[in-house]
Amino acid sequence: MNRIDQRFAALREQGRTALIPYITAGDPAPSHTVGYMHALVEAGADIVELGVPFSDPLADGPVIQKACERALKHDTRLTHIFDMVREFRRRDSETPVVLMGYLNPIERLGYRQFSEQAQAAGVDGVLVVDMPPEEADELAPLFKEHRLQSIFLVAPTTSEARAATICAHGEGYLYYVSLKGVTGAATLDVEAVDRQLDVLRKSTDLPLCVGFGIRDGASAAAVGRVADGVIVGSALVSRIAEGAERPEAVADSLKAVLGEMRQALDA
Amino acid sequence: MTQFSDLTRLPDARGHFGPYGGRFVSETLSFALEELEKTYQSLRDDPDFQAEFDDDLAHYVGRPSPLYHAKRWSRQLGGAQIWLKREDLNHTGAHKVNNTIGQALLAKKSGKPRVIAETGAGQHGVATATVAARLGLKCDVYMGAEDVERQKLNVYRMHLLGARVIPVESGTRTLKDAMNEALRDWVTNVDDTFYIIGTVAGPHPYPMLVRDFNAVVGREARVQSLEQIGRLPDVLIACVGGGSNAMGLFYPFVEDDEVAMIGVEAGGDGVETGRHAAPLTANAPRGVLHGNRTYLMSDEGGQIADTHSVSAGLDYPGVGPEHALWKDVGRVRYVAANDSEVLEAFRELTHVEGIMPALESAHALAHAKMLASTLRPDQHIVVNLSGRGDKDIMTVAKIDGVEF
Repeated sequence: MNRIDQRFAALREQGRTALIPYITAGDPAPSHTVGYMHALVEAGADIVELGVPFSDPLADGPVIQKACERALKHDTRLTHIFDMVREFRRRDSETPVVLMGYLNPIERLGYRQFSEQAQAAGVDGVLVVDMPPEEADELAPLFKEHRLQSIFLVAPTTSEARAATICAHGEGYLYYVSLKGVTGAATLDVEAVDRQLDVLRKSTDLPLCVGFGIRDGASAAAVGRVADGVIVGSALVSRIAEGAERPEAVADSLKAVLGEMRQALDA
Repeated sequence: MTQFSDLTRLPDARGHFGPYGGRFVSETLSFALEELEKTYQSLRDDPDFQAEFDDDLAHYVGRPSPLYHAKRWSRQLGGAQIWLKREDLNHTGAHKVNNTIGQALLAKKSGKPRVIAETGAGQHGVATATVAARLGLKCDVYMGAEDVERQKLNVYRMHLLGARVIPVESGTRTLKDAMNEALRDWVTNVDDTFYIIGTVAGPHPYPMLVRDFNAVVGREARVQSLEQIGRLPDVLIACVGGGSNAMGLFYPFVEDDEVAMIGVEAGGDGVETGRHAAPLTANAPRGVLHGNRTYLMSDEGGQIADTHSVSAGLDYPGVGPEHALWKDVGRVRYVAANDSEVLEAFRELTHVEGIMPALESAHALAHAKMLASTLRPDQHIVVNLSGRGDKDIMTVAKIDGVEF
């Protein structure tokens, strides 16, 4: 069984909600990423989403755009990111790692090479933000062949018919975008999210994880009551930005933010 | 390539032009694009909609635009006859308005009170601000900070028209970054906002609908050629950034095998220097940006490359997906003109014919100039003079060392 499925099975048994942090690989420099990943796991991460930096991150707000810029100053590439995952796996063989990014770097490396190298490095799932299921004809079978789970987004504007299509293609978990807009945007309406998740549950057994707009323990706990998992990105990445001068101190700061969310979720 | 023997029947139902095009967008945009596709499909064959569009083109834009025989320039070059399709004479001074009129009608039909646009040289922004003023729509235009600087006149024009111009400081501060910000805005404000994309790129259905709205250029040129030349021209030439004016001119001729077509990209300092905006000519790798797959300038890591061109309107790392297919099947030949050749053509047309072309259009003229001298006087070239050069006076003055 894939690490992601294993993790959700265990969480379900324990009656707990998944906590899924996102950081951008190579931010503020490649040498810090693996340390941050371990820190996140220590603070209670169930899955780590590792962002692949892209020069034109269309679905992201300023916080993650700047993280991409910091990472790209060091020319962080997919091959470096595979090295990071490989290094992470030396100490952690259990925590699932999901790569999240845009299609062009994958397209440039080559679909097959990407799939082979990701699998070899120990990646468990891939979320390509700008590749909806309709455009995944070529890549999805390669992911399957290499035991990489295809994770897809669902938005508040997604129609029921589309949601059914996405659910049919999705694996691992569904990433529910809790509000219209880019990452790091305004606050979220938990009741509305709850209603949407109820609709989605009709077409899928996949765990439903909610991202966008989760910034502290309170918002994590509120979403945690209605979702199978909460995804937190910009709140962590802004800590990395604030600490870019002293990156070695950032790990503790990430632990503090995520630890508070873990506690709130488990309370 | 027999599988694309009918190039007029594209894109397919999912917006693909062979391996290009498509709808590579975040799920947050899928709904808006599906909605737009439905709106357009219900209206494209609606006679009332077409009549309204045609009426606006005739009485607001001033169509048809003339096909002008540049006799003096042709004589000087000593070869083929050069004809200019005068899109510079349209209201707002470029072909861009054909598309904004069409999309603004779609915005009106969909009942959205706000439009947004991205712009490079500012022509599309001006054209959008213009139709927004006329329809009473709120209008925000995203423009790269570098382009705001080099196109101050158009920025002020947009202000006067009641639009807000939002300078984009991220990335390379040019057209592609303006498009990023416009897409981010659209994702956030999709309920009340219509995104008027200015070129034949972006996610499906934009490449198709921008093409359809601009195809009036080629339809007119075809009729005018038959009337004025007595037959179809031998060659069509147009500049290509995203590729909307070239698409507009070429598309109605695509099945006329006897008509050669040449798209001229921005060669910048020279394609061999790497400082250019000519993905087709340079045979850039395939890639995905702004919702479509196409030829795309990117580095080995897949990061979008910096582009360079004297003309803000062509300063874009990708190109419309239909052009990408036309290159592959060999229907259109794509070449580049360097900044220096472009400036020379700009000055020459201004001097010899009293027509000041946009620097974008001067790319097409630069190639026409070269080609004409290799052809016979009984051969005919139609060049799309896609816009007028008033907006570029400051840029050229700066190159000349003149300050105001």
